[in-house]
Amino acid sequence: MKISRRRFILSSALVGGGLAIGYAATRPSDHRIANDTLAEGSARYLTSFLKIDTYNKVTVYVNHSEMGQGSHTALAMMAADELDAAWEQVRIEQAPATDLYATGDMAIGFAGEFGVPSFLMPLVKASAMKIAQIGNLQTTGGSASIRFTGQLGMRVAGAAARAMLIQCAAERWGVPTDECTTALSYVHHNASGQSLSYGELADAAAGLEPPEAPILKQRTQFNIMGKAMSRVDIPAKVDGSAFYGLDYNSDDMLFAAIRLAPVFGTKLVSVDATEALERRGVKKVIELGDSVAVVADNYWRAKEALKVVAAKFERSDNDSVSSADIAARFDEELARSEGSKDFEAGDAEAKLTQASEIIKASYSVPYLAHAPMEPMNCTVHIQNGRADVWTSTQDPLAVRGRVASVAGLNERAVTHHPSYLGGGFGRRLPFNWNVIDHATKIAMQFSVPVKTVFSREDDLQQDYYRPAVTSNFKAGLDANGNILAWHNRYTGPIQTPGAAHIPYAIDHQSIRVVNGDTHVPIAAWRSVDHSQQTFFTESFIDELAHRAGTNPFHFRLELLHKHPRHQKVLEAAAEAAGYGRNLAEGRALGIAVQESFGSICAEIAEVSIGPDGKPVVHKVTAAIDCGWVVNPDTAKAQVESGVIFGLTAAMYGEITIKEGRVSQNNFPDYEMVRMATSPEIDVHLIESGASLGGLGEPATPPIAAAVTNAVYILTGQRIRELPLSKHNFVQNSTLAKA
Amino acid sequence: MATLKINGTQHTLDVEPEMPLLWALRDELGLTGTKFGCGVGSCGACTVQVNGNPVRSCVMPVSAVEGQEITTIEGLAESSLAHYEPGDLNAVQTAWIDHQVPQCGYCQSGMIMAVSSLLAANPNPSDAEIDASINNVCRCGSYPRVRKAIRAIINA
Repeated sequence: MKISRRRFILSSALVGGGLAIGYAATRPSDHRIANDTLAEGSARYLTSFLKIDTYNKVTVYVNHSEMGQGSHTALAMMAADELDAAWEQVRIEQAPATDLYATGDMAIGFAGEFGVPSFLMPLVKASAMKIAQIGNLQTTGGSASIRFTGQLGMRVAGAAARAMLIQCAAERWGVPTDECTTALSYVHHNASGQSLSYGELADAAAGLEPPEAPILKQRTQFNIMGKAMSRVDIPAKVDGSAFYGLDYNSDDMLFAAIRLAPVFGTKLVSVDATEALERRGVKKVIELGDSVAVVADNYWRAKEALKVVAAKFERSDNDSVSSADIAARFDEELARSEGSKDFEAGDAEAKLTQASEIIKASYSVPYLAHAPMEPMNCTVHIQNGRADVWTSTQDPLAVRGRVASVAGLNERAVTHHPSYLGGGFGRRLPFNWNVIDHATKIAMQFSVPVKTVFSREDDLQQDYYRPAVTSNFKAGLDANGNILAWHNRYTGPIQTPGAAHIPYAIDHQSIRVVNGDTHVPIAAWRSVDHSQQTFFTESFIDELAHRAGTNPFHFRLELLHKHPRHQKVLEAAAEAAGYGRNLAEGRALGIAVQESFGSICAEIAEVSIGPDGKPVVHKVTAAIDCGWVVNPDTAKAQVESGVIFGLTAAMYGEITIKEGRVSQNNFPDYEMVRMATSPEIDVHLIESGASLGGLGEPATPPIAAAVTNAVYILTGQRIRELPLSKHNFVQNSTLAKA
Repeated sequence: MATLKINGTQHTLDVEPEMPLLWALRDELGLTGTKFGCGVGSCGACTVQVNGNPVRSCVMPVSAVEGQEITTIEGLAESSLAHYEPGDLNAVQTAWIDHQVPQCGYCQSGMIMAVSSLLAANPNPSDAEIDASINNVCRCGSYPRVRKAIRAIINA
């Protein structure tokens, strides 16, 4: 009976309505575990995400990492609003790295997004938490915190806790629950004039079961969501007190500098550390199979001593590989292989044979490093059969599991101590384990905490990179310039499905992916495949617009007639950017639009060519439809951030491979957009009311094509290979007026 | 031995004269508000003030700053306010909160130190002067807000 009822409710959530399914239905007794294992003093957990103490203070436990995206604040806003808590009385804490706080709601969200059939969704929902716990998922990524954990977890937890508090108050007063109201952390019974604070009710409410399907607020009922709230993490970030993984200190700790095999995948052969061991402060030189580390009483001493360690690494087949070889291998593979299906519609091959004109173009982008400002680091303290770990991570629970596995400990004997992240961008996700593994192995040789730090050189040379990709297009046009077929072959792998798909109404499409594996390790990089693919597809569609003699804005609008949300963001961006109006002499506007992570973002870049022959981006106008907005100011900040991250990649970003290894050393040869090169950014948030979309990533993909599409208008040069810094331009003054 | 005056307090440290100030601050004194970003003086995450001037502490040997007035983010408000009470913030720090400048925040100690120096020396910098003197790297791209916050301070 109970089971069938739950199944029914889970299914009904698929069609929307006010019923909320997530936290409460999938984890009914989590708050009991929290109260049994975590509660101190008189404070009580109502759901594991929310704790209320007798002083009526609410603590929200957030199971996502704060790496600058503002999700600690926004997630707490979602829980607090549904709870009807007084925002000023809400504290936010990073949830501990334990099973209880695995990101099960994210598993549900991604299952839905990646096309798990709807009849299977109840099963996914019922088992998501288990899956997340088994997989050690406590992941921050995929622009998923707000739209999945927030929507399915935090809001539901807040609503469930509110219902439990109302039920308690109603019982105490002997009145029906529907006569009770809540506001600012109090339950009121207006007819009798009675009120009780949440703090007074929490102890009794904690003894209740959360309702399986608490009713969420309508947007018109929001008191906190939708308002621009100051981020709770910012005050500590202006006075130096914010704690990052690298900041862990103790009197007895040691520091490790490390040299990993410069050619990926090779082993250490021999080490001569005689001189290093004589250096002041050096405790040990450790050989680790693929690396050598110096441990000293100060990081600088370790790093200096490492310079005088002579280390030989084995030869490998990759020792002569260069970026040019990789590009040639991609071209060969694209010429040789039909690859595997990404998306097919109609019969593109046949239509190409019927076309009156075929347009071909080959695009490519290089490998990129993440380069978060906080270099990779991990402190591990192993003693008495247990380990303590400090590392800025996008998945504390996975770090706990990884350290346990490397050190041969039970997971419960490992504690991850939370910290802010000095940037993540995918570098700090699971499977990018090199710093964690090495730090753990080094620390296993000591009984004091050892902090292993990657220098910036290590960071750039020992990353897991955004893949280099080559994409070959063919489009067939009829005599009137209409697109008959869209044909795309690109090098993989596919890390996030759908990035190469286009929203444009072209009946015949063939999109296939060929093997792009090399010896260079790869990983997700802010917006994953979207940053490369959007540069490709939004450039090529622009080529087709120009070839058709149609203005690229109208060309897109026309082909987007089945996608009104795309049209709307394009129109909003165009309107705000002054598209079609007179621009300053020598400037042009380039357009691009992409849907990613549940949001649709259009960007228009206003560009000129500088006296040095390089593009200058003066202004970027962005319009983004993320459904609706939880914290408007942080939403805008994420769009600004995404634009600049993508702009850095488009303008300068390039990791080159030479003799099997990365050539770049440090910021001087891996340049970034800085104040002087940062454009004005004008962000427009479009609230279509659709399901919540992500914000951390969707602004990154469009910017590269927006800039190069403007460069084409200015110069007649079509940029098909990034970064822009490789190219020199001469402004064509007749084209610039186009 | 090096004698360093940091945030108004003398510290005697048994360190090599060539040790960069950054590592003396972080690993010897536990002043971790100053950040390691690149180690080559390029990104500015490690910016401190020496006699009020912005200095990249990752490439500044301790021997070169002995006897000078060193200010880190932890001592910035006290050094720049006439009447300081614990917890007070200087105008730049306050503007950083008002305009919600930091994202990950890791570069912001250095950014705030650099901007505080600039505004102390030049209370009304042009955009070109801001660009020329603030070349710190912020990977989160807080630059538009940095500029907005500086403008707000200038116009206050």
